[in-house]
Amino acid sequence: MPGKLKVKIVAGRHLPVMDRASDLTDAFVEVKFGNTTFKTDVYPKSLNPQWNSEWFKFEVDDEELQDEPLQITVLDHDTYSANDAIGKVYIDIDPLLYSEAATVISGWFPIYDTIHGIRGEINVVVKVDLFNDLNRFRQSSCGVKFFCTTSIPKCYRAVVIHGFVEELVVNEDPEYQWIDRIRTPRASNEARQRLISLMSGELQRKIGLKVLEMRGNAVVGYLQCFDLEGESGLVVRAIGTACTLDKLSNTSAFLPACNSPSKEMKEIPFNEDPNPNTYSSGPSTPLKNQTYSFSPSKSYSRQSSSSDTDLSLTPKTAPSPQGPRIFLFPSSPTLSCDSPHLKKSCLLLSGSSIKPLHSSHVSPVVLRKSVSFTEELLLAASGMGSGSAGKEGGPFKTLLRQQTQSALEQREFPFFTLTTFPPGFLVHVGGVVSARSVKLLDRIHNPAFVGIMGNTRSYKLLDWNSFNSDEPETRDAWWAEIRQEIKSHAKALGCHAVVGYSESTSICEEVCILSASGTAAVLNPRFLQDGTMEGCLEQRLSWQPGFFSIGSEKGEVDFFPQSQDSSSLLGIEEASPPGCGFCHIPYDELNMPFPAHLTYCYNCRKQKVPDVLFTTIDLPVEAIVVGKGCLIQARLCRLKKKAQAEANATSISNLLPFMEYEVHTQLMNKLKLRGMNALFGLRIQITVGENMLMGLASATGVYLAALPTPGGIQIAGKTPNDGTYEQHISHMQKKINDTIAKNKELYEINPPELPEEIIGSPIPEPRQRSRLLRSQSESSDEVTELDLSHGKKDAFVLEIDDTDAMEDVHSLLTDVPPPSGFYSCNTEIMPGINNWTPEIQMFTAVRVSRLSNINPTNQTLNKNFNDLCENLLKSLYFKLRSMVPCCLCHVNFTVALPEDELVQIAVTAVAITYDKNQALQANKAPTEKSQQRASTDNEEQLQFPLELCSDPLSSQPFSPAKEVLEGASSHTGIPAAQRATSLEKASPLAEGYLRHRSVPSGTNSTVSVVKMTPLSFLPGAKITKYLGIINMFFIRETTSLREEGGVSGFLHAFIAEVFAMVRAHVAALGGNAVVSYIMKQCVFMENPNKNQAQCLINVSGDAVVFVRESELEVLPPQPAAAAQPTGAAGDVTT
Amino acid sequence: MSSDLDVFVGNTTLIDEEVYRLWLDGHSVAEAVARRLRGGLLEREATSVAVLQSDTRDHYRTFQMLERLLHAPPRLLQQLLFQIPPERQALLVQRYYAFDEALARELLGKKLSKGTKKELDEVSARTGVGIRSCRRQFDNFKRVFKAVEELRGPLAENIQQLFLLPPSLARDYAAIVFFANSRFETGKRRLQFLSFGDFAACAQSMMAHWSQGALAPEAAEPDGDLPKSFLQDLKELKVLVTDKDLLDQHKSLVCSALRGKISVYNELEANFKVIEPCRSDKWSPGDLRLFLQHYTAAPRNLPGFRHQALWERYMAAISACLLRMFHD
Repeated sequence: MPGKLKVKIVAGRHLPVMDRASDLTDAFVEVKFGNTTFKTDVYPKSLNPQWNSEWFKFEVDDEELQDEPLQITVLDHDTYSANDAIGKVYIDIDPLLYSEAATVISGWFPIYDTIHGIRGEINVVVKVDLFNDLNRFRQSSCGVKFFCTTSIPKCYRAVVIHGFVEELVVNEDPEYQWIDRIRTPRASNEARQRLISLMSGELQRKIGLKVLEMRGNAVVGYLQCFDLEGESGLVVRAIGTACTLDKLSNTSAFLPACNSPSKEMKEIPFNEDPNPNTYSSGPSTPLKNQTYSFSPSKSYSRQSSSSDTDLSLTPKTAPSPQGPRIFLFPSSPTLSCDSPHLKKSCLLLSGSSIKPLHSSHVSPVVLRKSVSFTEELLLAASGMGSGSAGKEGGPFKTLLRQQTQSALEQREFPFFTLTTFPPGFLVHVGGVVSARSVKLLDRIHNPAFVGIMGNTRSYKLLDWNSFNSDEPETRDAWWAEIRQEIKSHAKALGCHAVVGYSESTSICEEVCILSASGTAAVLNPRFLQDGTMEGCLEQRLSWQPGFFSIGSEKGEVDFFPQSQDSSSLLGIEEASPPGCGFCHIPYDELNMPFPAHLTYCYNCRKQKVPDVLFTTIDLPVEAIVVGKGCLIQARLCRLKKKAQAEANATSISNLLPFMEYEVHTQLMNKLKLRGMNALFGLRIQITVGENMLMGLASATGVYLAALPTPGGIQIAGKTPNDGTYEQHISHMQKKINDTIAKNKELYEINPPELPEEIIGSPIPEPRQRSRLLRSQSESSDEVTELDLSHGKKDAFVLEIDDTDAMEDVHSLLTDVPPPSGFYSCNTEIMPGINNWTPEIQMFTAVRVSRLSNINPTNQTLNKNFNDLCENLLKSLYFKLRSMVPCCLCHVNFTVALPEDELVQIAVTAVAITYDKNQALQANKAPTEKSQQRASTDNEEQLQFPLELCSDPLSSQPFSPAKEVLEGASSHTGIPAAQRATSLEKASPLAEGYLRHRSVPSGTNSTVSVVKMTPLSFLPGAKITKYLGIINMFFIRETTSLREEGGVSGFLHAFIAEVFAMVRAHVAALGGNAVVSYIMKQCVFMENPNKNQAQCLINVSGDAVVFVRESELEVLPPQPAAAAQPTGAAGDVTT
Repeated sequence: MSSDLDVFVGNTTLIDEEVYRLWLDGHSVAEAVARRLRGGLLEREATSVAVLQSDTRDHYRTFQMLERLLHAPPRLLQQLLFQIPPERQALLVQRYYAFDEALARELLGKKLSKGTKKELDEVSARTGVGIRSCRRQFDNFKRVFKAVEELRGPLAENIQQLFLLPPSLARDYAAIVFFANSRFETGKRRLQFLSFGDFAACAQSMMAHWSQGALAPEAAEPDGDLPKSFLQDLKELKVLVTDKDLLDQHKSLVCSALRGKISVYNELEANFKVIEPCRSDKWSPGDLRLFLQHYTAAPRNLPGFRHQALWERYMAAISACLLRMFHD
């Protein structure tokens, strides 16, 4: 019995009138945890009851504490009939379970009812007394901290980054149980809310256990999602990155200890390997990922329909179902990417051991898949190590192969959900890797079907057998396949890790598309081993020979299987300049996985870089950027025939490659149009609906100084003899050129001119361009014959040979730049802006539009979809016009297709104001970009000494403030005037602290302000404490839609309610902000005929305490001095 | 492609003052959009009509949801649903409870009943205030009236506390409540020239001097009601008018006191009851003030008049009112 949960119900206010006769309410409260329920007395005839209950005590074990939510129900007492429920509050007590977070939950919570929304508020106090449990075999994982933030949280230092953790839990969806037919919508909604709450608790506990197994103490970049699979159930799954974090305040104490080892490590590798360059080859082009997207998964999947992503196939070869949609051929990068693939596929066809699942269906997809598998091996075999230095080809190869094999056998994946890293962590970035697979859901609960599946391979049957007994296994297997695929793609890019990794699903009826994507990268092993310093002696011993092969028993990822390899990496890392090193290609130049054209890095001129770089991560702080960034989106619709089950899945998987291809083409074109050469934060979402697929890719374009200047876009007409046509073409060309010029001005892209000879790269021959003709008849063999050597071309060529192409070009030009004073990006920070002012406005906008064409075509749909997105953006700019100059950061679009012809787009983002004048100055010195981050963490600079002594991780901002705060909190009794004067100098923090606390404490005063942001930081403020994760799931339903203001009124109110409940929980934890806030799900369904609607929303984020920097400024700039005393005080904090 | 559903929700609730104004004035979304267009917003912000419509609808929805809370402003401060900075909250409340004086003037002294509400159409036509706005303002009056009807203590302070209004606005509401409660007839033709401000000032004087609270702050009666005892007592003062003797004596006393001090002495005698004559005779406010002073003080010297304190209390308010009313 390791824990005691104590709950006190203080009061209620603004309760609804439950008794029409008296216009009053006789309210009482039920407090339930697990199977125990307590009740307060009835407080008669009041809308503002004062219960002031005793402490209700629940004695529970900590497993239960982690899984169960505290459930508080407010009811109206009725002598003669059943008591009416007014509403509920679910409180996740997880934040109370680890020491550094909140110690008490106390405050006003909105009383929520799934039918009526918020109905008054209730004041509750919750505490937990935890007894230490030394039981090694315990099932709980209390004490493991969770963070949604996808970087090392400020005020912590990563001692070790262990790697990927994942888990999923499956259950039946109460909404689909038989009992749902006889119970009320309210009961059903509540059952669902409760179940999901339970499941997420369980999931979190299980993930926590895995983290403990890995000897970590925290999960960073925790992302939990729900798959509402309908009849087949409800899946709650989560991924994250296990870390060992250390509170920064403690660093001073243990710095000396870690110092020496880390130095050692740095040096040793350096000495050992004289050839640091082994790994230093180039970058990937974006398309590349697709190239690799083949799916092994398919072979295991039960249905034939599984497929993958790869765009890589050139569309030409594919007999596309709809009549081939033709692509503009973008130009070299695309082509070049594709071609290798194709070639290989030819090669492989003969040799591939895996057979296409449907033999009848020799689609390119299938080909590709089989191919890609081999391809990967090929790549591995080809020896990525043979870089410019070119030595050690042989041994390296074998090593790699070994590694590949061992990695395949390994259960864990070298994935990181982080998108921002400590400086130096990221050595090279290969490019985006992604994988998708289409699955059928209905079979899960329908074993009878298994036998009928005609074309199912035996694998699948095997796979199926397990489903009955253990459903999660099935889902696990699905994801495992995808992850394998991702892993192999990364390997093909010469990378051992995937960063910025995420997973998602799109479900329509019984079809589900699973997607995963990330950025292939080479990481600095130093950060992965640091853990040893922590004092696991055995580990250190075991390392000695291999140095880098960290015990896999621990579940850590084996990044650098062999010491030479890794040491060489280290060497590189030391050698390459921080501003461009990550751009240098990790793969072998002579044996590239795809033809790309490489040049010497424009920054250091030593290593090769690709012409374009796509990634899913945030822009590294140290990256050297020219000008500003901007949000770039590719949008795409594809019609699909309505079909059942397998036929449906098949047609979807056939469409996927085309979609991915086009999305990439669009991205590439739009990137060029803006005169930029890299994408960060790339997120491609493919959504499946009844009769169409939609693709939406968002990313932030930037100009990386290390990469070559992008060539322009050149338009080529197909019928050169037609005079007017020529004219038209030249007119368009002019428009495009003008747009590029305008964009360069707008985004301040003026890279310094470099003399050509220094670059020494293949010199572009601008005249040369190869034309690709689209034709359906071409077979894949023919394709390989195409001249794919555009590697040397400088301009992107857009071929216009029909009206579609024309429209594509037009649509390129329809993207309107944001109005002046606005910038936008989907990453954490806007490249090129570094002087944020504290005003922020987080918002969610949702639109559902009817695509009302009678005979929709892909073109009209595309246009509609494009307009929808553009109008939405326009609308956002207009709404936020009073904040100018400002930047929309972390713009996150989510597309859903709730029913036929309906498209739903949800956007969450934050608008942040900045100081224009300062911005101008800053632009003059773009290299100081890293300061950007520093705006949030002044002390980064201050902490330089720490950083130098060992560990860049320690540069994670700051620490002292919090401790000081804690200390100061005891002074709260000091009168305000005195505070203002005397404390100001002594400890300005105290004042800030007091200011923040005083607001929430007074019940009569106005409600305390809680900021919300999808970013991991607050501009102009320091996060001093993480209070725990907020993960909330709500359902709202109405049977009086018109009366509530129609669909818009209904959803508007619901979103506002969700915000309110998040804020209330944060405030009750003692926090004043939510960072890394994300709306993971917004499922809206309506039935206007019945006047009904239902909506489910799932949000999460990190509750934090922040202090304004202006209140910190007086702090003496002596970090070292400050750190020590506070470090000592650190233990006092509980 | 039409947007069926289109919402924008900020963590900090966006309040557009212009749209709020339009909403308060009772314009429909379409009308509001039209007016915003006329304001040149489109050109200034380089946006589209669709964007403007969507924006206007968002604001209107927000205001509709806020309206419930605006009915009890302290709830607006405590509620958790909308995060609105305090100064914005104050602005919302203040604008919501601000009223058109023309409308208030029309309704002054009328019973705030359903019947009156039905007549709002005419009032709207007369005053040029939109009918929806009229109804909202009427409801505001009624809501404030109901809320303070039974409360003790100074009316204006009660209103200020319950509705978080700025002091001046609270005083105006106090006046409205006072008139609604005591049903002074303000609609008479002779009073037409008086504005709402005049009446509000009068109401304040009357409350200040005549109400229970003016005498004993802890009194049981609300300020809006004039104490019955006082009204009873006033009957005693009738002697000053009804008793011809006293009236004449009073008159002569005043006249003698004022002789030489007032430029329009000749007409003085005729002016004992009403303001109109004063106006037509072009009295200066100074003259009137002087007259009233003496008029108030004079009975002290009247033999057999025992109600001087009462008289002075009465006259304090009357004087203030008369002075206020005596304007051009």
